Amino acid sequence: MHLICHYIHEPLYMFSPITHTHTQHKHLVSNLFWKRFFPMSICRLARSRTITRFLKTKICPFEIHERLITPNYSFFHACSSYKTLAGNFTRKPHELWDKTANILAFRRFESARAGEQAEAVSYTDDDEDENQSIDFPGGRVTFTPQIKFISESTDKRVPCYRVLDDDGYPFAGSRSEQVDKETALKMYKSMVTLQIMDHIFYEAQRQGRISFYMTSMGEEAINIATAAALSPDDIILPQYREPGILLWRGFTIEEFANQLFGTKNDAGKGRQMPVHYGSKKHNFVTVSSPIATQLPQAAGIAYSLKMDNKEACAVAFTGDGGTSEGDFHAGLNFAAVMEAPVLFICRNNGWAISTPISDQFRSDGVVVKGQAYGIRSIRIDGNDTLAVYSAIRAAREMVIREQKPILVEALTYRVGHHSTSDDSTKYRPLNEIEYWKTARNPLGRYRKWVQRNGWWTDEEETELRGSIRKQVMNAIQVADKTEKPSLKELFTDVYDRLPLNLHEQEKSLRETIKRHEQDFPADVPL
Amino acid sequence: MDRDPRVCVMGEDVGHYGGSYKVTKGLATKFGDLRVLDTPIAENSFTGMAIGAAMTGLRPIVEGMNMGFLLLAFNQISNNCGMLHYTSGGQFKIPVVIRGPGGVGRQLGAEHSQRLESYFQSIPGIQMVACSTPYNAKGLMKAAIRSENPVILFEHVLLYNLKERIPDEEYVLNLEEAEMVRPGEHVTILTYSRMRYHVMQAAKTLVNKGYDPEVIDIRSLKPFDLYTIGNSVKKTHRVLIVEECMRTGGIGASLTASINENFHDYLDAPIVCLSSQDVPTPYAGVLEEWTVVQPAQIVAAVEQLCQ
Repeated sequence: MHLICHYIHEPLYMFSPITHTHTQHKHLVSNLFWKRFFPMSICRLARSRTITRFLKTKICPFEIHERLITPNYSFFHACSSYKTLAGNFTRKPHELWDKTANILAFRRFESARAGEQAEAVSYTDDDEDENQSIDFPGGRVTFTPQIKFISESTDKRVPCYRVLDDDGYPFAGSRSEQVDKETALKMYKSMVTLQIMDHIFYEAQRQGRISFYMTSMGEEAINIATAAALSPDDIILPQYREPGILLWRGFTIEEFANQLFGTKNDAGKGRQMPVHYGSKKHNFVTVSSPIATQLPQAAGIAYSLKMDNKEACAVAFTGDGGTSEGDFHAGLNFAAVMEAPVLFICRNNGWAISTPISDQFRSDGVVVKGQAYGIRSIRIDGNDTLAVYSAIRAAREMVIREQKPILVEALTYRVGHHSTSDDSTKYRPLNEIEYWKTARNPLGRYRKWVQRNGWWTDEEETELRGSIRKQVMNAIQVADKTEKPSLKELFTDVYDRLPLNLHEQEKSLRETIKRHEQDFPADVPL
Repeated sequence: MDRDPRVCVMGEDVGHYGGSYKVTKGLATKFGDLRVLDTPIAENSFTGMAIGAAMTGLRPIVEGMNMGFLLLAFNQISNNCGMLHYTSGGQFKIPVVIRGPGGVGRQLGAEHSQRLESYFQSIPGIQMVACSTPYNAKGLMKAAIRSENPVILFEHVLLYNLKERIPDEEYVLNLEEAEMVRPGEHVTILTYSRMRYHVMQAAKTLVNKGYDPEVIDIRSLKPFDLYTIGNSVKKTHRVLIVEECMRTGGIGASLTASINENFHDYLDAPIVCLSSQDVPTPYAGVLEEWTVVQPAQIVAAVEQLCQ
């Protein structure tokens, strides 16, 4: 309704095109109103995508707006960007009228300027429309006598959803999920735990106590807020920078330490390298090193959940680099075709080891790729805890209700090095890292909001940090001294039962060890 | 699929088309589009999908339209299918069956005539079986579906038209067992899949010439059934391996090494292995025929072995 009122009051003479007579002008303008604005408002009222789509095929002008209107329609309705959307809409028509007028005036020179017409629109009449569509496998398409390329980029990038500003104040008019004190505090405390855990385990690797580690510094909000927004039944397929989800679901610091040290208490029985956590009871699939292999698997898990009619979805993570892998294309395409309830979350943190995103893809980030597969997508500020929480809640609800995949691109920054085998100061400036570590830190921003609500104090902060530090240090001490898995775990679980050849190989290994005891590590129990 | 509602099939054109070799004909109409899933053309993707589905409790059967295409799924098969049960500490099981037609057909060209068993044999965590008759195709398929491990079932493009009377009652074969095709005294001939028929043809000629070959269809390509093979070697003391794989790195190469290691004392002569040459399979009919081991070669090899 907001939209209709705005247009009715707008002086219509401002839309005067250059080359049209008054009667034609009136015709065009009323055409404009009835064909564009009226149906648009109906659309807003009806909140139905099918009607929008139907009407859009009837109306050709202003094709640039397609992107603004359709994809995130129902979600945008609830967002602060609704206002900006309407704002854009009011500003654009002026420009467009001019462009349309130019085309009509210089029509005979068009073919020479085919390339330049990239963003121009074609004006077609109502009657022309009906006759100018044609059948092909895949459906009916309208055709146009002009060569018109879809531009490789738009002048405006897809906006990102944000709730809190850098000082932790919610934007005026921003819509987000209400978070109660308990959840808000649990999120904050988990973020602090994750941060401290990362720091101390990283140092432990530097001291030679573990062989490898990867931090999730700078991405704590994505980790924790996503976990909080999902249900414990949702099955997670991580890439490797999402330990926060396990933390939220109850994986203890001791269990983390056990996996890093590869002790006998590790659920993975010491078989995977550090950070490659996996826990069936927490619905967290074991991390597999090759990038993006989890994306097609997510489609499979979702397929399985769909067959069982469960109220849960598969959630697959990847980074910006992972979107270059073939599996990304395959996984998303599959999920869309199979109508699998998968939530794809891409942590666009700007760097894939040393490859910046400008060398990774030339599209406007990852969010625009969703539409190419027929997947609804959204871009969010990954360092804004409340934005992540609300967006994932909404996305999850849609995924399960509509049984279709959704792509979420969370913009963030990888503050730490890629891993302990990397020194990122070699390929990016120190001040850039410092800026994101301090000024744009997700914890700082969220903490200000939590404290302003009176839910947290500085004393509690120091107390929490102290106690977590102690807990992590203790866990390291204990895990360091815990026994490693026994030799038989080298051969079990390759198959469900030990086959003959592995039996033989184990026997031969044990005999060799018995004969040369001094050549084998003493701390591996036989 | 009748017995267990968790069993599902996925692959290209397996649904209404019934599969490129009609193996899944009629299943889509009976079990629906979701259980018999037609997938887009992305082998690594639907193999990955099957692995994901298997981890969550389903028992998928993946069909590669031609085994050669599964090379695109090698990453998923090696890094995930074979490894995830181990690296997760036994938490996630992958009871998936990967099957499809392979081997040299009639003038299908090099890319459609691959012997994938030689590439996959090293992957830890998977089991490989090859069927050769309608009887063992049914039994091995059932066993593979019921197995908790990922199993790759190698079928052969030229063997789909075979007809045979099989028992009405339900039977399941053992995935690790070899089949004694023809007991004999003079020489042990080990083979699998289509080469079994070439060997049996050669056997007729050999019998006429007065030899008594023992023919064993090894069926289980990983792990080898060294029990049956061993007993046979101890009896005949001579081994001939006839395979369709290439000379380098094929099943025959591994089998030769295995037998030498375990039964060296029982051998009277070095093991002879007849395999295809290390060339891409040509299209021309005559050339293709000579890249595959022919019965004449088998007869000649036995005669030489038994001298």
